[in-house]
Amino acid sequence: MAKKSQIKCILDEKALHTVTLDPEKCRGCVTCMKRCPTEAIRVRGGKASVAYERCIGCGECIRLCRYHAKKSSHDSWDSLADFKYKIALVAPSFYGQFNNLEDINIVLNGLLAVGFDDVGEVGEAAEYVTDVTRRIMKEGSIPTPIISTACPAILELILMKYHDLSDRLLSTLAPVDVAAKLARERAVAKGVPEEDIGVYFISPCPAKVFALKMGLGVERPYVDRVLSVSDAYMRLVPAMEKLTDIKPLARMSSTGLCWGISRGEANSTNGVKTIAADGVEQCVKILEALEDGGLMDMEFIELNACVSGCVGGVMNVENPFVARSRVHYLTRKLKSEMNTIDSISKPVEWFMWEQNPRLKDVFKLDENRLAALSKLMEKEEILKTLPMVDCGLCGAPSCTAFAEDLVGGVIPRDSVCVRMQAEGLKQ
Amino acid sequence: MSENRVRLEFAVSGDNFASAGTASEEVKSTLKKMGIPSADIRRVAIAMYEGEINMVIHAGGGVATADIYLDRIEIVLADKGKGIPDVELAMTPGWSTAPEDIRALGFGAGMGLPNMKKYTDEFSIESEVGVGTTVRMTIYFS
Repeated sequence: MAKKSQIKCILDEKALHTVTLDPEKCRGCVTCMKRCPTEAIRVRGGKASVAYERCIGCGECIRLCRYHAKKSSHDSWDSLADFKYKIALVAPSFYGQFNNLEDINIVLNGLLAVGFDDVGEVGEAAEYVTDVTRRIMKEGSIPTPIISTACPAILELILMKYHDLSDRLLSTLAPVDVAAKLARERAVAKGVPEEDIGVYFISPCPAKVFALKMGLGVERPYVDRVLSVSDAYMRLVPAMEKLTDIKPLARMSSTGLCWGISRGEANSTNGVKTIAADGVEQCVKILEALEDGGLMDMEFIELNACVSGCVGGVMNVENPFVARSRVHYLTRKLKSEMNTIDSISKPVEWFMWEQNPRLKDVFKLDENRLAALSKLMEKEEILKTLPMVDCGLCGAPSCTAFAEDLVGGVIPRDSVCVRMQAEGLKQ
Repeated sequence: MSENRVRLEFAVSGDNFASAGTASEEVKSTLKKMGIPSADIRRVAIAMYEGEINMVIHAGGGVATADIYLDRIEIVLADKGKGIPDVELAMTPGWSTAPEDIRALGFGAGMGLPNMKKYTDEFSIESEVGVGTTVRMTIYFS
């Protein structure tokens, strides 16, 4: 059995993590481990354990766990007490969570009713990003196909595994960061002291929680707290029912709202040749093809780790396809004319990354190339002795991963294939 | 002492277009584990993928072998297909066996072999009509 200390363990509660485990509920089945797109999960001591440096926050493990042992990390609703002036940022996908919603202003007014002092629309901010993207495509300042950076799980995946594609990344701030910047400016203009301002994002997924806490493409985070959709939903629904006066707060057009579903961003670029893939497995296929020199005739590529886009986020309450349909419906209710950066008198630079996110080298077997080669040679020898059935009994997602863990020193050298051992005993 | 080497071998299926890219994917993944610079991996990926596709489309499949050394990768793509009658002509950029109407649709641009040569440091091709084709490519890591 492997020692717990040898793999970064989920019980290390002080560090900031994407997902946490309830060890009481985890039965040590291999479901999450087998489906993790970066093979970040191992089963150690009968419990799932995450190597966080490999986690992209896609939420697949949370989605798949039938025992609900995995949870997204996020701030509690009680954190509303942390600031005097509270601003809620609403993602376009959030509107898809509500049944029979006819006016997005009801959601925005509801947020004021549950204790926020102002609201900011991430969809509106997305329109400014769209405007900037169109300008970048016109100028040709980023080589095509340009790859969207709106999904932080996909961005993390590219930073980890597809280094050669990094010059194609759309180097604009995430719409949520743009929304946070705008909302902060509004509060300051009203005379609210900086230290009193708290920006809260209601997040559909753990990847966004992590990205906002760490600050991706920004010098320091613009968002102070990240709440879960389900926490907000439970408080919001009763408050929305009691509303008597609905103020017109919404500024977003249908373009911004569509960012909440797959293809929304790609369509908004006005590109003639664009791809929008959703679901992490399909996104990986697109990234592999790009790496092989394919799809070079494309102008823009949108990739969403969640099926259907952000409405498929694991922290949402509604089925992705139902939410998607509602978002579609709501687009009819919104103005068609998109918000532009000229309308708020901001230059393009205001919407760009403040610093490039750093590439990560999490898959290297050794810093030294020769040592890495030796380990790979040894791995090939070990693979010849394994059954290659990827049963997961050893606690690794595949025979290949087991062999790599062995040569990489992640598990003790005397670790054996459990399945072969069991079959040997039977005989 | 023999040189350190990892050998990866793939049977490239001739009747499953969807499986093309499997060998390239595995080789890329291995090179990433070795910490090979991404620009080198890209060259390997392009050459390997083009080669795989060629084997699927023209030769009914074959065997792809990648030998990874400390400073280079040697790729051998061997098939028992119909062979190339005029190798020099096949290497001409833009030359293609695809009929004119297919080319008008944007397929068969005739850049497969020229690109494989362009992205590799060493490239050789042997072909015999009715026997098969063997492409050898070497890429040195920076």
